[in-house]
Amino acid sequence: MEPAMHYLGLAVETIFIKNILLAYFLGMCSFLAISKSVETSIGLGLAVVFVNGITVPLNWVISEYLLGPGALQWTGLAGMSGVDLSFLNYIIFIATIAAMVQLVEMALDRFSPTLYQSLGIFLPLIAVNCAILGSSLFMVEREYGFIESAVFGSSAGAGFFLAIVTLATMRYKLRYSNVPPGLRGLGIAMLLTGLISMAYMSFSGINL
Amino acid sequence: MTKKTLDPLVGPMGVNNPITRQVLGICSALAVTVKMDTALVMSGALIFVLVGSNVMVSLLRNLIPPRARIIVMLVIIATLVIFIDQLLKAFLYDISKQLSVFVGLIITNCIVLGRAEAFALKNGVGASALDGLGNGVGYGIILVLVAFFRELFGSGTFLGIQVVPLGLYAQHGGWYMNNGLMLLAPGAFFVLGLLVWLQRTISGYTED
Repeated sequence: MEPAMHYLGLAVETIFIKNILLAYFLGMCSFLAISKSVETSIGLGLAVVFVNGITVPLNWVISEYLLGPGALQWTGLAGMSGVDLSFLNYIIFIATIAAMVQLVEMALDRFSPTLYQSLGIFLPLIAVNCAILGSSLFMVEREYGFIESAVFGSSAGAGFFLAIVTLATMRYKLRYSNVPPGLRGLGIAMLLTGLISMAYMSFSGINL
Repeated sequence: MTKKTLDPLVGPMGVNNPITRQVLGICSALAVTVKMDTALVMSGALIFVLVGSNVMVSLLRNLIPPRARIIVMLVIIATLVIFIDQLLKAFLYDISKQLSVFVGLIITNCIVLGRAEAFALKNGVGASALDGLGNGVGYGIILVLVAFFRELFGSGTFLGIQVVPLGLYAQHGGWYMNNGLMLLAPGAFFVLGLLVWLQRTISGYTED
């Protein structure tokens, strides 16, 4: 298969069929908390696309050249080929993510104050968003290459963006409906998410 | 023991449940509940991490600089998660394969960080341990309930044992069919949404 088609297929699969939120439930906390307003959902969604697109390939480099089984071979030192540090994945990945979020925040503040204004408050939240760490862990588990992981990272973010904006617009309409008291808020949001998730499942026939 | 000392333990198991009331830790509540055994193992792992992190954060609460507290807490949590992940890989390899990335995602599980931030940083060791245990068990109850319904209706089994009589199934001349939707993502959303409704109706809590 042509490489371009392969990456396009991966992107479509990650955004629609294996949507990080609707099929793997990652990032639910911020998804439910933020989706009360459409503007903030767009802000958080953009921030996730941005940070995920950077951290997943970065963690790929770390995993490939520092932590994976036999990754330290390039140092040329004796006995390094048998070293497997992959149990450190979690702690290093979360540190990378936290550091990247901080860096992105500082860079945005310096170079693009308008973007910083709109994304500002969401960036610190992202460091503990399951979707970001989850994407990095999926990248390791599914053994993606470098470009694949870049495509996967940004399209997983795009999938999150799409899902959160969809739910936010639905909850906006919901303000005028009479929901049973116990179901208000979280309950109805879960049921709606279930319906959106069912709708997304109809994409699963698509195969590029 | 008086009622007040037991409050952090009992509250989160019922009225103040971390998932249905505080809206924390939803990702894993949905993802690992296709079968009962994964839900049980996941609850065990989370209880361990939650109690451990609450105790450690509480012990260090006067030493942690407020500005760097998030990263300190993340390091403590990540260390505990690596520990439990290695244990699961060594002793329960099959289940740890099924849990895939979700054990690692305990790091970003909002319950752990949320309780460390909201409770352990301000309270003594004993109370923090109880709070950790209470919230862990409260999380476990919801997980087991969701898994019970999903496994029962989705595969007709309980802990892998067939409970729906085989004679009822269509292929044996009966009329019954498993509800395949329960095994897929939307089923998880629906079951949890309905449980939230039930819990909030019983505890009489309404969102705005």
